[in-house]
Amino acid sequence: MQSLCNRWVVSEYSLIAVLLTLVPSVSLAEYGLNMTPGITDVSQSIYDLHMTIFWICVAIGVVVFGVMFYAMFKYRKSKGAVPAQFHESTTVEIIWTIIPVVILIAMAIPATGTLKQIYDTSESDIDIKITGYQWKWQYEYINDGVGFFSNLSTPQDQIYNREEKGEHYLLEVDEPLVIPINKKVRFLVTANDVIHSWWVPALAVKKDAIPGFINESWAMAKEPGVYRGQCAELCGKDHGFMPIVVKAVTEPEYQSWLGAKQEKARLELAAANKVWSMEELMEKGEKVYNTMCAACHQQNGAGIPPAFPALKGSAIALGPVDKHIEMVVDGVSGTAMQAFGAQLSDVDLAAVITYERNAWGNNKGDLVLPKDIAAAKSK
Amino acid sequence: MSAQQSYYVPAQSKWPIVASIGLCVTMLGMGSIMTNGSAGESTASSWVLFLIGATIMAYMLFGWFGHVIHESRTGMYSAQMDRSFRWGMMWFIFSEVMFFAAFFGALFYARVFAVPWLGGEGDKGSSAMLWPGFEATWPLLKNPDEGLFPGPTQVIDPWALPLLNTILLVSSSVTVTIAHKALKNNERYKLTLWLAITVLLGVAFLFFQAEEYIEAYEHFDLTLASGIYGTTFFMLTGFHGAHVTLGTLMLFIMLLRVRKGHFTKEQHFGFEAASWYWHFVDVVWLGLFVFVYIL
Amino acid sequence: MSAVIENESTEHHHGPAKGIGRWLFTTNHKDIGSMYLWFSFIMFLTGGCMALMIRAELFQPGMQIINPEFFNQMTTLHGLIMVFGAVMPAFVGLANWLIPMMIGAPDMALPRMNNWSFWILPFAFAMLLSTLLMEGGAPNFGWTFYAPLSTTYAPPSVTFFIFGVHMMGISSIMGAINVIATIINLRAPGMTYMKMPLFVWTWFITAFLLIAVMPVLAGVVTMMLMDIHFGTSFFNAAGGGDPVLFQHVFWFFGHPEVYIMILPAFGVVSQIIPTFSRKPLFGYHSMVWATASIAGLSFIVWAHHMFTVGIPLVGELFFMYATMLIAVPTGVKVFNWVATMFKGSLSFETPMLFSVAFVILFTIGGFSGLMLAIAPADFQYHDTYFVVAHFHYVLVPGAIFGIFAAVYYWLPKWCGHMVNDTLGKVHFWLSFVGMNLAFFPMHFLGLAGMPRRIPDYALQFADFNQISSIGAFMFGFTQLLFLYIVISTIRQGKQATAGVWEGAEGLEWTIPSPAPYHTFSTPPEVK
Ligand code: HEA
Ligand code: HEA
Ligand code: CUA
Ligand SMILES: [Cu+2]
Repeated sequence: MQSLCNRWVVSEYSLIAVLLTLVPSVSLAEYGLNMTPGITDVSQSIYDLHMTIFWICVAIGVVVFGVMFYAMFKYRKSKGAVPAQFHESTTVEIIWTIIPVVILIAMAIPATGTLKQIYDTSESDIDIKITGYQWKWQYEYINDGVGFFSNLSTPQDQIYNREEKGEHYLLEVDEPLVIPINKKVRFLVTANDVIHSWWVPALAVKKDAIPGFINESWAMAKEPGVYRGQCAELCGKDHGFMPIVVKAVTEPEYQSWLGAKQEKARLELAAANKVWSMEELMEKGEKVYNTMCAACHQQNGAGIPPAFPALKGSAIALGPVDKHIEMVVDGVSGTAMQAFGAQLSDVDLAAVITYERNAWGNNKGDLVLPKDIAAAKSK
Repeated sequence: MSAQQSYYVPAQSKWPIVASIGLCVTMLGMGSIMTNGSAGESTASSWVLFLIGATIMAYMLFGWFGHVIHESRTGMYSAQMDRSFRWGMMWFIFSEVMFFAAFFGALFYARVFAVPWLGGEGDKGSSAMLWPGFEATWPLLKNPDEGLFPGPTQVIDPWALPLLNTILLVSSSVTVTIAHKALKNNERYKLTLWLAITVLLGVAFLFFQAEEYIEAYEHFDLTLASGIYGTTFFMLTGFHGAHVTLGTLMLFIMLLRVRKGHFTKEQHFGFEAASWYWHFVDVVWLGLFVFVYIL
Repeated sequence: MSAVIENESTEHHHGPAKGIGRWLFTTNHKDIGSMYLWFSFIMFLTGGCMALMIRAELFQPGMQIINPEFFNQMTTLHGLIMVFGAVMPAFVGLANWLIPMMIGAPDMALPRMNNWSFWILPFAFAMLLSTLLMEGGAPNFGWTFYAPLSTTYAPPSVTFFIFGVHMMGISSIMGAINVIATIINLRAPGMTYMKMPLFVWTWFITAFLLIAVMPVLAGVVTMMLMDIHFGTSFFNAAGGGDPVLFQHVFWFFGHPEVYIMILPAFGVVSQIIPTFSRKPLFGYHSMVWATASIAGLSFIVWAHHMFTVGIPLVGELFFMYATMLIAVPTGVKVFNWVATMFKGSLSFETPMLFSVAFVILFTIGGFSGLMLAIAPADFQYHDTYFVVAHFHYVLVPGAIFGIFAAVYYWLPKWCGHMVNDTLGKVHFWLSFVGMNLAFFPMHFLGLAGMPRRIPDYALQFADFNQISSIGAFMFGFTQLLFLYIVISTIRQGKQATAGVWEGAEGLEWTIPSPAPYHTFSTPPEVK
């Protein structure tokens, strides 16, 4: 599919595709024209439902438009048609009220069944809490003590056409959600700021993330693989830039991934006590900055005033350190500036603040250490 | 008069365009008062804008209504015109009913769905995970986030001032009906008397409502910002109060017109419109009394 | 009574007043109707330019023309302006022109209020558009302005947006009251309810919808205003409120609103198809009942916009069934139109072309609506371009084609000149092709997984977006031809007869073309 894409010219392929709307769905699905059948029972029943109603609509359309076109060719004035004068018939009226009702009932029955299945979130094997942030996702495996953030990893250079776009342009993240196959995974979906919506087509899960409330949903993946989705509720500037990547793996792979994650969490705790050098912090800080901050404050620190202030030469970045730390840790309520205290480790916070104070000609020269963050947080 | 007669079509009028300008300036003024106020900036010039708008609106109302009253008194309106006015007023009141319906709807939703969910009951009960320690009660005295929205210490007792206000408002509906009867029987003195009593009852209602608000704010910490209970309480009673104010004003103007000798026993649509409005305000209050205060 | 006429007769036995005063102070339904129609066309071009900005940015992947912030402002303003500025005022304009002429009334029931309803609009939209120049930019939260993106996280201009909506609401409510009072009270003797032309009927029902739901919209923006400036917590869980409450109140308004945008178009088409089929409308009574049922049902389906917000299962089922039911009365209407054409004597002048296209393309939009109504399937469709495809199919070849058809059909009556039918047909075919090219591929995009309201997209969506953008530009620029046709018809053209169209029936065709400034000074007798 990708190789066929030619962004500059309308390829013949897609024109033909438009014309081919009536060929069987199977072939359409392959070319990204149709809904994905997905990899869960639910996604498959939704797909079947979708195809059923689609074909019913096509059939009704063929009949209705067929009669209409027949009339349009047969009863033309230019062909000397003389108008009939009938204008009422209770019998036909009743018939064409009842037939649609019957068709609708036929659609409603399977739909009701699927819906009940979707709503049954009981007896899950794994619970994952998903929190939407402007503009990233947080995943917490609530029974296993593992949690992390998942950010868009497509470089700004690709977005602004300074660099060739990669294969998974806009649908790639730094850390995907990992789930085991053949396990019922329950998602507890919520949000931290505005409403987002967690959507992975292959799992047929689309659930709105409402700040202050938790919505439940579930999926049981049947095939290993990487499945991509996107935030599906307008959530501000970067709504188009908060993708979701789910990696479905076998149970042993899942267990080893989980183990590694838990180990990493322990290491991070240790790293907080290490003494960091300026170079190390700057290097780490730049990475953190580019994933967490650059969307608003821009890679060059210039921001997009007034909504997103510049950091380059700003009063905060060049002012007292504790004010700066406070700003990053606690955020500014009611603005896009979030409280990063809970989202980043102390090391990352220290690194990014150091970076902000020393990048783009902000040569303050001061070094912020993880312990400074810890001290500020405990206040 | 039968509809067979020729139609009445009013001449050109400057009032609609004055009204549009007035409305726009008023709203611009209010908008910038709020925007600047919330941004912590000076609102002086916004107030000037608002006052200019409000003055234009007042000028327009007096002018427009004055013109219509004049036309009506010089007998220019047909029975058909009169009916148009009636339909207009009725559907205007219906639109007001729907406005209140939105706020009643918000109250029901909060009580039946949102608050119980936050407290761990019902379909979205797992939401309680986010609000440890929160308990769903109504009236809601402790909000999910007590830091952001400190709850009230107490709510208004329905059997004190609200009961009194109910009595006042219901009797005012009766008195306005008596006044209407008197008008139809051409008993001018009785009309004046009962209409005046109605206005006084309206004023008394407003006075006690103000008392209640002061008590809520000063003693119960029950404010607009004290969570969903305060929110729905003040929005519903507040908009109702605003409508009572308007209704009282309308009745008061009718009183002045009665004193000037306006209205005949056949032709008194202005009076009727005001009294319809008054009954509407009364019915809304009964809804409030039951759903906001008692339950 | 004669005294009455004398008092004011200096005005209305002559033609219109001179100069700008004619428009500012007018109480004449035709003048007001024209102003509504011109206003709406200007808004259509404005909203259309915003759509073209969107389509230009979406022409290829990557950010090139505008930034994401501005993109969201364009989406929001495009939706708002098209809905409240283009479609609704256009229908009110048609109502003003046609209802009095169709029921034998001299004018609208409350002519001064009528003028006020109109003149609020330019101010309201000036206020809305002025937000583009404000600090922090224009509203950027979509035309559905979901809280808390539109409250806590909104740019400061949201306050002016709210007051702008209030003004539009006041205008619409007064307009609707006027329509109802006119229809109830000013029908000519003999014009019983069941003799009213269908355009009048559909507007009558639309007016009820307006009066019932515009106040609810006013209510919900008031709640927002309070949350933003006065510390209330309607939409904030921290205080015991719920962001989803916003959506319930909004869609209680919003769903009837979409029928407000289609019912008058049903009316228009129900006038035109019989004319060019030279055969009476099939099933007049069932048309009236179907319209009323659609309106009634529209109050109990609102949560089909919210299938994914987490409504309890019973609620989900209820709203799914109720929504599906709407297909029945709508189907009755479609079948009646087809049956009207059946065994008629058809000719295809421009108004008929637009009407036939309306029936076909609206039905396609209705089908995708029905698919969206199936809750489990909507989990996949929701907030994708499939929804965008659905509503553009019911709005563009629905509402907009309905308006075009009406203008082509009644313009000779309004200005006394026949429209150049060849140019009209060119306009039709270019619009038809452009519009389908623009919106049909969106079905595929949506099913393949492209979310709506995004300024940039993954590579597999590139081809269809390109086609769509080309179609959008084609459709957009074609509308300049429409502008030309309307202006040149007003200026010159073959003199129209009173009847204008061979098969047309109704009171408006009994008066001369152009219709005199004051139509019926005494009520006509309807048999
Ligand atoms: C004029 C405007 C208009 C009209 C008429 C409709 C008509 C319908 N709409 Fe649409 N709709 C919108 C405008 C409109 N809609 C807009 C603007 C949105 C998006 C809002 C936003 O989020 O921004 C929307 C969104 C929308 C959604 C939400 C999608 C989502 O966000 O996930 C749904 C879901 O149920 C829906 C359903 C329907 C249905 C069932 C109809 C029915 O009325 C259609 C009925 C017609 C037919 C079915 C065809 C004719 C019938 C027959 C030939 C009879 C036989 C047929 C059968 C038995 C199948 N619409
Ligand atoms: C009646 C309503 C209506 C109408 C007519 C249209 C018309 C069009 N709309 Fe739509 N649209 C909506 C209502 C409508 N829209 C709504 C409600 C939304 C949802 C908003 C939201 O998500 O919040 C939406 C969203 C929407 C989107 C999705 C945006 C997104 O999700 O990010 C797109 C994308 O292509 C789009 C495109 C178009 C196009 C190309 C047209 C074309 O038909 C436009 C045709 C173009 C013109 C008419 C321009 C003509 C002007 C010129 C040629 C210039 C001449 C210049 C001068 C004379 C000065 N619209
Ligand atoms: Cu998050 Cu859209
Ligand atoms: Cu709807």
